[in-house]
Amino acid sequence: MTNFDPGMLMAIIVVLPFLGALLIALAGKNPNLREFFTLATGVTTFLLVLNLLPGVFNNETTRYTFAEPFPGLTLQFSLEPLGMIFALMASFLWVVTSIYSIGYMRGNNEQNQTRFYVGFAVAIAFTLGLAFSANLLTLFVFYEMLTISTYPLVTHAGTDHARKGGRVYLGILLTTSIALFLPAMIWTYHSTGTLDFRPGGIFAEGADKFVVGIILLLFFFGVGKAALMPFHRWLPAAMVAPTPVSALLHAVAVVKAGVFTVLKIAVYIFGIDLLASLEARDILLYVAGGGVLLASLIAMRQNNLKARLAYSTVSQLGYVTLGALLATQAGVTGASMHIVMHAFGKITLFFCAGAIYVASRKTEINDMVGLGRTMPFTMAAFTIGALSVVGLPPTGGTWSKWYLMQGTLESGHLILMGVLMVSSLLNIAYLLPIPVRGFFNKTGNSDGNSGIKEAPRPILLAIAITVSGCILLFIFPQALYDLATMVR
Amino acid sequence: MSHLPALQIVLPLLAAPICLLLRKSSLAWLLALGVALCGLAISIVLFHRTLNGEIISYAMGGWEPPWGIEYRVDRLSAFVLLIVSAIAAVTFAFANRSIAREIPLQKHSLFYTALLLCLAGLLGITITGDAFNLFVFLEISSLSSYVLISFGRERRALTAAFQYLIMGTIGATMILIGTGFIYMMTGTLNMADLALRLPGVMDTNTVRAAFAFLIVGFSIKLALFPLHVWLPNSYAYAPSVVSAFLAATATKVAIYSLIRFIFTIFGVDFAFGEMPLQVILILLSIIAVFVGSLSAIFQLNIKHMLAYSSVAQIGYIIIGIALVSAVGLSAGILHLFNHALIKGCLFLAVGCVFYQQGDATIDNFKGLGKTMPWTMAAFVIGGLGIIGMPLTAGFVSKWYLVLAALEHGVVGMIIIISVLLGSLLAVAYIWRIVEAAYFNQPEAAAIERGEAPLALLIPTWILALATIYFGIFTQLSVDAAMQAAQSLLGGK
Repeated sequence: MTNFDPGMLMAIIVVLPFLGALLIALAGKNPNLREFFTLATGVTTFLLVLNLLPGVFNNETTRYTFAEPFPGLTLQFSLEPLGMIFALMASFLWVVTSIYSIGYMRGNNEQNQTRFYVGFAVAIAFTLGLAFSANLLTLFVFYEMLTISTYPLVTHAGTDHARKGGRVYLGILLTTSIALFLPAMIWTYHSTGTLDFRPGGIFAEGADKFVVGIILLLFFFGVGKAALMPFHRWLPAAMVAPTPVSALLHAVAVVKAGVFTVLKIAVYIFGIDLLASLEARDILLYVAGGGVLLASLIAMRQNNLKARLAYSTVSQLGYVTLGALLATQAGVTGASMHIVMHAFGKITLFFCAGAIYVASRKTEINDMVGLGRTMPFTMAAFTIGALSVVGLPPTGGTWSKWYLMQGTLESGHLILMGVLMVSSLLNIAYLLPIPVRGFFNKTGNSDGNSGIKEAPRPILLAIAITVSGCILLFIFPQALYDLATMVR
Repeated sequence: MSHLPALQIVLPLLAAPICLLLRKSSLAWLLALGVALCGLAISIVLFHRTLNGEIISYAMGGWEPPWGIEYRVDRLSAFVLLIVSAIAAVTFAFANRSIAREIPLQKHSLFYTALLLCLAGLLGITITGDAFNLFVFLEISSLSSYVLISFGRERRALTAAFQYLIMGTIGATMILIGTGFIYMMTGTLNMADLALRLPGVMDTNTVRAAFAFLIVGFSIKLALFPLHVWLPNSYAYAPSVVSAFLAATATKVAIYSLIRFIFTIFGVDFAFGEMPLQVILILLSIIAVFVGSLSAIFQLNIKHMLAYSSVAQIGYIIIGIALVSAVGLSAGILHLFNHALIKGCLFLAVGCVFYQQGDATIDNFKGLGKTMPWTMAAFVIGGLGIIGMPLTAGFVSKWYLVLAALEHGVVGMIIIISVLLGSLLAVAYIWRIVEAAYFNQPEAAAIERGEAPLALLIPTWILALATIYFGIFTQLSVDAAMQAAQSLLGGK
């Protein structure tokens, strides 16, 4: 495999899930074969992505150009640490989610399973394309394709409720990207003559700070997938999707595509030096900080488990946005790491929510009292996932939060450090009571839990993998840290 | 080879009466399709020959210009010829199966006659270098399109055609008056010659009046707001293939004529310096974008919806032209091309639905995601093109339009906002259909009818794939538009 030119390899990695989708579609009549294709494609894709890793550590820059839609502006892939982090994470968690989906979709007897797996593979292909993008134009193309391709997944149920959720999903994501992101990009191109991601940014030294500030605002609000308040409503709306979709797309692929974009723009389009000098940045910092707290407060009031997790995601995405806006090395490192740490934590929580639903049909938190006795494994996993989201040992979330805090110190915005701390407390307040009441509350309607068993085995296996991930990332964060510090 | 410009017109013009003699529908169709394909081949050769900036001048009947009628192919006209003949080839291929269910058999040869005449007229407008000859071809294309629209199955097609006839005749009359005025002042009708002689008499009210008459006349033909009222009904009640053909070509050719008169004959300085054309065009186009898009959202008949969408899209094209910069003008010309592909694709997809379901209201689309997956996929691709999603041709046009507007300060900002809001409104009207098609269970009868025949799907998909192709590999379209714009603005 090492014979491949890495540039070519990136193209193959992006095309591979499409081929997988084709095979999945053809094998639609035979579920076992179909699931085999899903897993085989997932594993192959992940191994190929892994194969790119040494090149990143050796600081090799490889590029692969596949079209030039505008003179001088290409659709191009290039290898770069942040993209590598994102691609590794997305392709790995795709495999895990596929295992999970098999248990979930069969356990629930869901309709149109073939369409579901095809849609999933296509969405991952676009996510990987986004991760490898060498310039903003390529990134935008994959960003929009990701929105469109995930729409059928979000509305999978085909009900009126799903249709409404789909409208909000598509409405907000397309509105922000067309009305804000696109003009910001064209404006950037108009003033700099390029859209390449370059270390240190592409704006000239003497660029008009006011104009650059406006472009910054357009970008940060325009990347709707990062769910910066007030453009976060699509994320709770997307919870009508089947749980594996919520898990992979709305804890990993789609939302992380958003914060990944934000981070790329902050570091490689503006450059942290220019960013730190913009007044617009200060406004955004407090918008993001306010969003972090507000979303946590809203999360506390949600009784539906997936809705609570969705608002928690909104809040956690704010961390990454904050990290990017802090414009310090520690902030960027923390933000890059948080993309992964939060992904593992949150996907575990979603997996558990789905497991509870498959096993007991429960969606509301109030009904989950005493569930820890009948589903001890799931509830224990939920606890560890929650700890990682909060940022406590022994989970990986500890480290990213550490560097984010350090970033707030370096930038001198001490209030934001307070925001992070208060938010952590809020996280504890809305996440940990769920397992606590699940295990220890005896007064609840535990009679209703009789006859409930743990979820099917594929589901438990997937949960076990992500939980181990949370813990392993605490013990061995070095590789991730090294990659994250290369983002500059 | 040297007679190619003449052949481009003469072929369909001669084939038209022959068609009438062929009583058998399929023979007439084969002839029309053959002529359209020959026309496409000719226009490809002409396009290729003008790539390096050469201007092909052809003296009709051997009478030297400026006295005789000159056919003149430069980059812009070659590009538009290519668009018209390519769309003609694709839609003519669609026609055979499509009209079998929409038009009585005994009228088929008449239909193809009118179709060929219309094609000849449209190509003639584009290729001629003579102002009066342009009017003649305009009348040929208009009269035949009134006939084509009246072929529609419903009786309302007749009133639609009549409405178009009235409006179109007013427009044509204005163009004739305008042409007469400039002939009166200069004594010539050759466009190149007019461009030389007009500056001497620019400062007269006659020329100003001529200019106004011509602009208003063409604005009617190209359906610029508020002169668009003839368009929605005409497109909605015409036979499907006619809607697709006219939507993709007729208004485009009218826009071409407008560009020709503004930039080649009157000149930028007169049109935009002495006359307040820019303000008027930009204002009306912005209103067109909003009125067209908003009206489209509320249409129950999908052909109506697409027609209103065309009104909005024409607004985009005119905005680009009215910006009078190299980028703006090329954005306009580029969108002329891209919109022809996209709207052609959408109208053909609706034609497929019409063929299978017997009508094209939004109710007819319910559940088609299951029963007509290929048709609906093509419709979605076209829809994404209208919205301006990346990887579709629509995105490329929008890109250049916004880029051009960025150079115009506050006015530019307003334009950008309108263009982007227009895209969002397009999401609203396209997604209604997507929801209808994919969120409803199909009726039993629709399941039985199933997917449209290949003879309809293949032309539809050619345009759908072209929509994607020209969204990724833009060399041909962007270069052609850029160069055409440069030569119009007095470059090499």
